[in-house]
Formats: sequence, structure tokens, C-alpha cells
Amino acid sequence: MIGLMHYLVVGAILFVLGVLGIFLNRKNVIIILMSVELILLAVNINLVAFSVYLGDLVGQIFAMFVLTVAAGEAAIGLAILVIYFRGRGTIAVDDINRMKG
Amino acid sequence: MIQAFAFYLFATMLIASAVLVISARNPVHSVLWLILGFFNAAGLMLLLGAEFIAMLLVIVYVGAVAVLFLFVVMMLDIDFAELRAGFVRYLPFGLLLAMVLAVEMIFAVGAWKAGSLEMAQRLVPIPSDVPNIEAIGDLLYTRYLYVFEGAGLVLLVALIGAIVLTHRARGGIRPQNISEQVKRRPQDATRNIDQPVGQGVEL
Repeated sequence: MIGLMHYLVVGAILFVLGVLGIFLNRKNVIIILMSVELILLAVNINLVAFSVYLGDLVGQIFAMFVLTVAAGEAAIGLAILVIYFRGRGTIAVDDINRMKG
Repeated sequence: MIQAFAFYLFATMLIASAVLVISARNPVHSVLWLILGFFNAAGLMLLLGAEFIAMLLVIVYVGAVAVLFLFVVMMLDIDFAELRAGFVRYLPFGLLLAMVLAVEMIFAVGAWKAGSLEMAQRLVPIPSDVPNIEAIGDLLYTRYLYVFEGAGLVLLVALIGAIVLTHRARGGIRPQNISEQVKRRPQDATRNIDQPVGQGVEL
């Protein structure tokens, strides 16, 4: 059996790649959303790995809820993206200042 | 042996596709790499013995989320070259930050000691005699029923929210007016006229 550490390291690398993706593609909101999905996937890998190695099923239940929220977040994020594109004709988000907050 | 090989295969492919997701020039390729990554993550979950989560990853992520991304990427006419402008400029700082974060996390994983775990105090020990899906279903519909309903509510709100956000009332079209159609009576629609012979019809 593969050790718990292996899974945790894979999860950590995936998380870092997600954060790096947000940094590198600061203009392209589609890639940013995909990076967020990667981060949530890393979290899920950690949850399931701990769940299996501690022999407790609750981690897998929780991973399912994380998945639910990720799906909802992607749907809402892409909907906002579509209306933003409709209004501006671009999806460059590094200078969103319409609300002047 | 085969397990270790499968683990390293899935893990390598997952990380490689994650790298390509964030660095691909064309966002359509990014989405396709994301799909490959989700499949490999599902493989990792299968190796762990969490079959339900693995299938959920394939169904929800690949079947719904990734396809949604693909739709949006292909639907919008975007100049992607312009969006990549800051890529090289942010690369050194981003890599530095990522390295620091990765080293910290791997240190933390290495230094982590479970200590004395009270294995008897586990909330729900994984049963060895029932399949994974059955055990999860058993738990989901009893102890976590309200949370499960809450998750359904989250999805409902996301569904309605996405429709409300993207729906627009378009002018200049002539949609079907159902109440007008239902209110229509035969005697209003046709008329009997006593037409004398030899004269034109006047309607």
C-alpha cells in the first residue's frame, strides 16, 4: 500500500500549481477558475487520503460536499464571466473597476 | 508493485496535466488537460479505495464542470493572446511564491506526526464488509441527511443564480402569447356573411 505521505505530497503540489496558475494568468479569468478547481481537487485528495488512512468515512462525505460547492462555484463563476463579456467585450479582469469600490 | 506503479503513473500524469492547464497557450487545450487531470485524480481515488468519490469526480467534474468550461471557452470570442500578456512578467515572482509554498507544505507534511490517535473515537469507522458506495449512502441518508439536503439547496441556488444572471429579455421578437391563444373563441375568429351574387367581397 502506498503511504499517506505520497498522497499528501501530490495534494500539496497540486495546490501549489493552482495558486501558481492564479498568479500567472491574472488576466484570464477562465484559467483562474480552472486553477480554483485544481485547488479544490487537491483539497479533495487530502480529505480522501486522510479518510482512508484513518479509517473514518466522514472525510469522503465531506469531499462530496466540497465537490458540490466546486460545481456550484464553477456554474456561477462562468455565468458572471458571460455577462461580463457581454458588457465589456473582453474578459481581462486585472482592471475591473466598474463598481469603483 | 502494480499498485505503486499505478500510483506513480496517476500522480505524474495528474501533476503534468495541472502544469499544462496553467501554462497552455490555448484555453481549449487547458480545459482538455483539466479533463485528463480529473481522470487521473479519479484513478488516485480508486487506488485509495474511495470508489464513490472517484465516480463522482468523473461524473461531476468531467461530465459537468469541464464541459461547462469548454462551452464558455468556445462560445466567447476572446483574444487570448492579449490575455497572456502578463505571463512572463509574473513568472519569476509566481515561481518564487509557489516554491516557498510547496517547500513549506512538504516540510509540514514531513514534520507531521499523528501522535496518539484514539482510533476507537472515530466517528464512522470504514466498514470492511459493505462496499464503499453502500457505506456512504447509508451514512448520507441518515446522519448527514440535513447536510445532504443543504448541498442540494446549494446546487439549486447555483442553478437559479446562473439562469437569472445570464437571462436577458430580448426586444424585437414575437414570442408565443399563450393567454391570447387560449382566450380566442371561434365566433370571434370566423364570420358568416350573406354574400349577394354579382358583387365583390368586402371584408
